[in-house]
Amino acid sequence: MAAEAAGVEARAPRRGTTTRIVAPTIGVRKRLRELWLSRELITYLVRTEIKVKYKNSVLGILWSMLAPAMSLAIYWVVFSVVLKNGIPNFVIFLFAGLLLWNLFQFGVLTGTGTVVANGGIVKKVSFPREILALASVGSACVFFLFQAIVLVVFLVVLHTVPDFAYLPVLLLALVAGVVLASAIAVLLSAVNVYLRDTQHLIEVVLTAWFWACPIVYSFQAQIESRLGPKGLTWIYFLNPVVPLVLSFQRCIYAKTVVPVHGVQTAVLPPNGMLWYVGLDLGVLFLAAVFFLVALAAFSRLEGNFAEEL
Amino acid sequence: MSDLAVDVRGVSKRFRLAHGQYNSLKERLIHGGRRQVTEDFWALRDVSLSVREGETVGILGRNGSGKSTLLKCICGVLQPTSGEVAVRGKLAGLLELGAGFQSDLSGRENIYLNGSLLGMSKRQVDRVFDDIVDFSELEEFIDGQVKFYSSGMYVRLGFAVAVNMDPDILVIDEVLAVGDERFQRKCIDRVNQFQREGRTILLVTHSADQVRSICDRGIVLSHGRLVAEGEPGEATRIFREGLMAEGAGMAIADSDYVAVPASPDSIGSDVLPDAERPVRFRSVHHVFSGDNTVPYMRTGDDLTVRVEFEAFYPTEDVVFSLEVRDASENMLMRTDTSIIGVHIDAPVGVGVMHFGIVDMPLLDGNFSYAVGIQSRSGILYDWKENAGTFEVMNPGKTTGSLRMDVHAAVISSGDDTHDASAALARPL
Repeated sequence: MAAEAAGVEARAPRRGTTTRIVAPTIGVRKRLRELWLSRELITYLVRTEIKVKYKNSVLGILWSMLAPAMSLAIYWVVFSVVLKNGIPNFVIFLFAGLLLWNLFQFGVLTGTGTVVANGGIVKKVSFPREILALASVGSACVFFLFQAIVLVVFLVVLHTVPDFAYLPVLLLALVAGVVLASAIAVLLSAVNVYLRDTQHLIEVVLTAWFWACPIVYSFQAQIESRLGPKGLTWIYFLNPVVPLVLSFQRCIYAKTVVPVHGVQTAVLPPNGMLWYVGLDLGVLFLAAVFFLVALAAFSRLEGNFAEEL
Repeated sequence: MSDLAVDVRGVSKRFRLAHGQYNSLKERLIHGGRRQVTEDFWALRDVSLSVREGETVGILGRNGSGKSTLLKCICGVLQPTSGEVAVRGKLAGLLELGAGFQSDLSGRENIYLNGSLLGMSKRQVDRVFDDIVDFSELEEFIDGQVKFYSSGMYVRLGFAVAVNMDPDILVIDEVLAVGDERFQRKCIDRVNQFQREGRTILLVTHSADQVRSICDRGIVLSHGRLVAEGEPGEATRIFREGLMAEGAGMAIADSDYVAVPASPDSIGSDVLPDAERPVRFRSVHHVFSGDNTVPYMRTGDDLTVRVEFEAFYPTEDVVFSLEVRDASENMLMRTDTSIIGVHIDAPVGVGVMHFGIVDMPLLDGNFSYAVGIQSRSGILYDWKENAGTFEVMNPGKTTGSLRMDVHAAVISSGDDTHDASAALARPL
């Protein structure tokens, strides 16, 4: 009545309003559904994160390429020029592995710190918070695309042809890598709220992890040749990133046997495509399971975020 | 059931207060197997509350009573330890002074970020963007990073965003207490508009007057429990008496309240037991000048409130306060002896003090007053709500509620309308 008197039209009751339940914990299945419903938010946050990161730098997005370019250059100089490992077109070999590794490392690293970094929002607005970690991995994917373009330029300039038959394997490895990075990022982003040095610890762990991947050295020449005869290669494969890196190298570097210092040497496993697919599928499966576990853990840890931040 | 906008069902929230919290892995490792000493603190205990669609509910309580925690649970920012909250419709919240902003982004980008966090598409935000900027009055600053905003600008933008996102439910924690007076007015106008439009509003406030003037219903929280629920006036009374019963050491100056975010460590530190209240009322009366044969006073008469008090300990620098309210409980005036500039020391025993209102400016109506005794630092010793009522009759023909000295004069008159309008345009 009062509304009419004041000349304001009373709002029609909104149709299809949803009821949201705030309960002690939110189940994994419900979380997955909410993630799907919030997919627009993820893309928005990815854009935001990239914007924030390079907001105050003149070089802007180019800056993001500087660090990967630098590590590529350094590893190339050290292993190809100084130590002379003799792998032909080593820069392509290196780039193939680094491409995946950079995606993984960047996603895990920024994802770990993201809930704390976005405390201002987490404390005030309700939304599925794991999206923040996923957005970090999302922006890692954007940088991955930039780097992939640079790689294509390298390939053209150096007249190198990748093995296009292995492109589906590369994509499978990429998906597995993204899921794995997401799982770790979701878990650690929540842990980091309570134990703030997780962020620093993970940097150290990632450095060690990097050297445990066959990126700057050849798996076949350095690892398989030493561990293979003892039947211990499986230990090396406990590192789930190894098959993914190998898949990238197999597709992009393409050659499994190359002349090293004039001797024909195997640099990549001589196994067929099925071997790669099988390993990548295995990693993807484990990563997916880990992702669900991470969501469940996140659910338990999320309840007090607003107080802990 | 379907017309419930917010349904809080038996919500409890426990915080673990850790003594010497180990906030890093390093500390955990150093302190090894020893378990941290923790203490449970229940910020909310089994709180149930139903808010119907279109209702405005005010939540009253002292610092640390769980008000903000309750709102956070309703907003879904905090998850309850047990119980659950069902929220029907889109909810926009302003928790503890402001919306969630990312300080590195510009105001413009934050508007879009907030919109998408609330589940709006870019196009939907586009439509309300100009309204938000207009309301916040931040046109010049909208492309600047919000970390360079003043706290007032921050709150303005937060409020503008929340009210323009077309929420079904608006949750406001204390924000109406900040910003300049004009902006506060604007916010309250917008809240009133929301009420007319039938939206649901939940308001946390320390200001009993705000509850009285805005809300349909008030609830009172104390130590995490819901202790009272009812008419705003009733809830306010219980809140004030609750403060009294606890001898709560809390400033009662509502209007100039400075918001302090509730934090677990501010609890239970300032409670004054009944026996330690050094000065209390004995009686309060009032008399008015003029014709004392009628039960009302006339506009222009003098009103004297006579306060008899008793001091149980010698107490220096006691402040007496007076509040005058109209029939709908709007506060018309609040003052105290420290504002007036009268210093009062109370030696043990009975004393009398007077408040005199000279030349009553009120026109017709029924009015009430409340009196309080407090220390200069704001520790409340005693409070008498509705200490007395009085009626004012206006002998003149002016209508309205307040006497103003109005003069009228003719500047020019005649046929030349041009001149007349020019005269009107001249500042008086």
